[in-house]
Order: sequence, then structure tokens, then C-alpha cells
Amino acid sequence: MGGQPRPAKKTAKNRPKPASTNEPEFVQLLTPEGRRIDHPDYDLNLTDDEYRGLYRDLVVTRELDAQGTALQRQGQLGLWPSLLGQEAAQVGSGRALRPQDTVFPAYRELGVQWCRGLDLISSFALFRGTDLGGRDVAADRFNMYAIVIASQTLHAAGYAMGVAMDGAVGTDDGEAVVVYHGDGATSEGDFNEALVWAGVFNAPLVLFCQNNQYAISETNARQFRLPPYRRAEGFGVPGTLVDGNDVLATYAVTQGALDRARRGEGPSLIEAYTYRMQPHTTSDDATRYRDEAELDFWRAKDPIVRYRKWLAAEQLADESYFAGVDTEAGELVRELRARVMALTDPEIAEMFDNVYAEMPPGIAAQRAEALEFQASLDDATTEGSEAR
Amino acid sequence: MTTMTMVKALNEGLRRVLEDQPKSLVMGEDVGRLGGVFRVTDGLHKDFGSDRIIDTPLAESGIIGTAIGLALRGYRPICEIQFDGFVYPAFDQLVSQLAKIPNRSGGRVRLPVVVRIPYGGGIGAIEHHSESPEAYFAHTAGLKVVTCSDPADAYWMIQQAAAGDDPVIFFEPKRRYHAKAEVDTGAAGLDLYRARTVREGRTATLIAYGPTVDVAVNAAAAAAEEGLDLEVIDLRALSPIDWEPLFASVRKTGRAVVVHEAPGNVGIGAEVAARVTEECFYSLEAPVLRVTGYDVPYPASRLEDDYLPNLDRVLDAVDRSLEH
Repeated sequence: MGGQPRPAKKTAKNRPKPASTNEPEFVQLLTPEGRRIDHPDYDLNLTDDEYRGLYRDLVVTRELDAQGTALQRQGQLGLWPSLLGQEAAQVGSGRALRPQDTVFPAYRELGVQWCRGLDLISSFALFRGTDLGGRDVAADRFNMYAIVIASQTLHAAGYAMGVAMDGAVGTDDGEAVVVYHGDGATSEGDFNEALVWAGVFNAPLVLFCQNNQYAISETNARQFRLPPYRRAEGFGVPGTLVDGNDVLATYAVTQGALDRARRGEGPSLIEAYTYRMQPHTTSDDATRYRDEAELDFWRAKDPIVRYRKWLAAEQLADESYFAGVDTEAGELVRELRARVMALTDPEIAEMFDNVYAEMPPGIAAQRAEALEFQASLDDATTEGSEAR
Repeated sequence: MTTMTMVKALNEGLRRVLEDQPKSLVMGEDVGRLGGVFRVTDGLHKDFGSDRIIDTPLAESGIIGTAIGLALRGYRPICEIQFDGFVYPAFDQLVSQLAKIPNRSGGRVRLPVVVRIPYGGGIGAIEHHSESPEAYFAHTAGLKVVTCSDPADAYWMIQQAAAGDDPVIFFEPKRRYHAKAEVDTGAAGLDLYRARTVREGRTATLIAYGPTVDVAVNAAAAAAEEGLDLEVIDLRALSPIDWEPLFASVRKTGRAVVVHEAPGNVGIGAEVAARVTEECFYSLEAPVLRVTGYDVPYPASRLEDDYLPNLDRVLDAVDRSLEH
């Protein structure tokens, strides 16, 4: 990227545009200026409380995520993958879910997790290194983070096949499955296999692609010649492009895709066009591959600013409401921070205990050996301190 | 007692699983209407239908990845990988997903998935159809790895693998598929993770599994004519290995020869040699020897008789052991 947003090359017809600075044709219900616009296929009618709630979700998600970055900077987390800029994509889709739906996240879906009403501590424990991100996936209907890119798309496709085999689809209140992935994932074989599978088995699956423009440093131009929402069509799976920074549009589009899945009409793909405002993770240096001009371009499309403008203009919320949300978010951040700092190191035995349902004798022996060895060191330390 | 081939034994075993476990299902390429390229799933589609016997798209990562999703939903998939050399596209889903998800979950998630893989050479096949990839999976914590060597074990072991809650990689020696033997379908077989002493002897211990058990047994029979009394142990489980019968045998004989088709380098035989040396050092009269495939890609089929461990190579190793 040069000093200014680069225009599309007019000479290379088949080459994808540098998507991050071009405005594609997407479903949008709320402009970056906060103006509500109509779309022929999608509409959204929520209660006033629900509209206000989306704002709260957006702000809380942003603040909790920012705390993840802060905790990493302070040495309390080993790594943090920020979702800054992607709040609307996650909150809009997350709030469109019903309790019976099941989520397969990638690894920065803190906002979706929040919308599901789940304890967020598991995601922080994973990045603190106190466990491997385990959670009660059956009860939560929210699976563990998937670090290997696109691996979760197949798990979701299989799970959705199971939902269909259980006869849990085919009504207006059937079950649906949503899998989150990024633009980079669309290059993986697993993603493409998941589309084949979901298609031929007519699985109740929504593939929710957060196209945040980057797979670490690589732009969309290195991932595809045809954008994901159009590629889906080639698999016989309807694809929709939505403004991922528009919480109303992502809500409406996701709701439509989920309803389709519930009714037994099969899978679909949503490409939420958004932007990762932070580096890939706290370990990344984004200044090596993008510049301030590009960030400014996307700052002007901020999902929270536009939504707040609209709420205020519609008199759905006022300054005291906004201030109240800020206060609540601050409290949630303080509470989470305290809980993260209180996460203690796991016991040595834990690395052995859950590898198998039935522990093989060899692992049991190694477990005993490791514990015995640790105890011998502890004894030696105690004896040493007694000697002094 | 019924006489049947290993293919039939597996088929009957799968049938019992499907009857007993309503959540079990069979999935893979051509396993449905065709009945599998080796006919192991013959007739199951007709009797259990398309929801239980699933013809999948031709994508191995997809087979294992969606099996994981189905298991998360409460199903108990039994997957078929059509040939040994085709398992590698599924490698991530096997070693990073299937093997690790239960552990990552802190034991909250169990993935009762069985992955059947016809393996090994000796059938004159073209490349990628004769490989022995068991060491990759035995090396992976979270997976269990077993292999049958005769119809009776095939019949019972597939049922035992499907009954457990851990992922099991189930290797089937395809050159033994059509060998017939008696199967007692009434009495439950030996535990899945136990080694079996196939033949007792005092001179030396032959340790084999899958397709090389038959090689070892034939070698022992030939050696008996020369007055050598060889013990033959079928490992059956490659992860975890049932060590005590091995150690007891080597303590008795003082000599051990491991026989497998896979290349020797960093293979199962290396682990056996290391552990036997650790545990039986003062009983050993000779180093543990290995008779294995060479450390080269599986050769063109006209050379496979020179690549695979055979009776002569096994007896030669026994002679070398006895020379110590």
C-alpha cells in the first residue's frame, strides 16, 4: 500500500480490486453517516429496547476487547487477537441467533460470545495460557475457538448434518448452525470442502465470513479472484455481501440466512465486509503492510459512531443512556480484569487427565512420575530452606 | 464358530455396531451403494439407509472434519478412508482436531470416532495404495491405534473400537482381507488394547502386528523344522502398546525381533526396541532387531516382495540374534 488509498487498476480486468478501499455493492441499512436507508430485500424492525441493546453490545464488546489488548501489553495475556472494527459484524449476527442455534467460532469472536450471554473468561484463559480454551460446548452451544484456520468450518458442517438428521429443521423455529471464519480461511481446503458438504447434504449452516481485509499481512488480492459471497454460488450455496460495519444490516442478513436454514432450505454464506483496525494479534506489526491513510478510510466507517448517531437522531437514546452504557462497560471491564488476573496456573496433573476418556497405563505412569518428580523438587526446596 | 474372511468379519462386526448403537453411522467414499471398494460395508446401505451409511464427497479432510461435527452432535461415526495413502489430506483433522479437541475441552467433549484404514502392501497395487502410516498416528496423543491380523480379531476389535469414547484409528491389513478363519461370534474377544501371544516358544520372541503376524507365524513354523522354538506376539494395539506380555516374553527368551511393513526409521519397531531395552536390559542376550520396510518410498509393485519383510528376512534376523 502506498501513501494514499490505491485506486483499482483499470488495465487488469480480472484482477480483484484492492478491496479495502473500494466500496462494493453490499446490503446496507445504515450509512457511515448514520442515515437509515431501505433495501429491497432486507429490513429490520426491532423494539426500542432491542435497538438500544445493540448499542450496549457494541460498546461492551469494544471495551472488553480493548481490555484484552491492555492485559496482553501488561504481560497478563500471552497474546490477544483484537476484533476492533468488527463489532457490528459480530453483534449483528450474534443477536440474530436464537437460543437453539449453535455457534462455531474462529478465534476473535468475543462479541458473539457476549451476545450469547456466555461467561467470557474461557477466551481469556486460553490467551493467558491457563487452559486450552475448554468450555461446556454442549450447554453453551458455542464451540471452542479454532486456531487452525477453517478447521471449524467442517466441524460446523458435520454438526449441521446431525441437526438435519435429528429432524430439528423444517419449521420456522428450527435449529440453525453458524460458523465464523475470515477471508483467509476461504483459501483453505477445509472451507471449500465445508461448502461442498453443506451443499450436498443441504445442511442448516450459515457460513459467516468476516472479511476484515487481511489474513495477517495479505490482502484479499492474495486470497481470491472472486469474492467469497460470489464463490459460494459456485457451490450451489447462496451468498450475500453485507456491510459488516452496519449492525442493522448484519442482523437482518444473518436473520434471513438463519431462517432459511431453520426451514430446511439449506446453507448460505454471508460475507460481512469489514476491517480489522488492529494488527492481526498483539504479536503483529501492521505498520509493515498498511498505512494511516487506509486506517483513516475505515475509521470514517466506524460501526459504533454511525449507530450512535442514528440512535440519537431517532431519539431512541440520549446522552444519559450513552453515559450509562459507558459506565456499565467500565464496570464489566474492571470485573473481567480482576477475574483474568486471578486465573491461576493449572496443576501438572491436568495435562494428563483429559487426553483420553480411558487413560492408557503409559500416561497414568507418566502422570505419577511427573507428580513424584515435582514433589521431590518441592521436598528438596523445603529441606534447603530448613537448612538455612 | 463360523468360517469367514476378514472382510466378512468386519462387515458383520459393523452390522452389530449399527444394530446396537442407534447413534452409530458409517461414512466414507463409496461405502454406501457400492459397499466399499473392498466390500467391507456391503449390504449395509440397503439395511440401514442413507442416514446411517453415508456416501460422502471425495474429500478426506471433509470426512474426518464432518465426523467430528457429527460426534459433537452426539453421533458415533465410523469413517472409512479408502486407502492408506489417501489419509494425508485429513491429517490436520486427525492430529490437530480429532486427537486434541477432547483434551482442549478439559474432558468436557468426547469424540467417539473410529477411522478405518485399509493398509499395507502385498497386493500388487499402484502407488499410494500400499502404505503403512501407523507410526504418524501412534505418535499422536489423543488417538488410539489398533490393527487386526485375522477375522476373529477383525470381528471383535471393530466392535470394541466403536464402543469406546476415544478416537480410534483402525488399520486393516488389506492383503489379509480374504484369508478365511473361524470366528466365534458368541464369545467376546480379547480386550482391544491387549497384545496376544499367538504362538509360545522359548528361543526368541517375534513381535508383529497386522499383516506381518502371518509372516511371523509362518517363520516360526519354518524355524520349528530347524529346531528353533519361536514365540510370536501380535501387538494388536499400537497406541497404547500392551507392554507387559512383551517384557515377560523377552525376559523368557532373551531375544526379540520386531517385524513390520512400515519403514524402520522412527517406526513402531524403534519404540518397541527402546522400551524392551529399558525394561529387559539384563535379560537380553542380543540387541533387539528389526525387520521392516526399507527407508524409501513404497516401491513399484514388482519390487514389493523385496521390500516387504518376508519369511527369509525374519529367519535371517533370528539367526543374527542367535549369533550373539
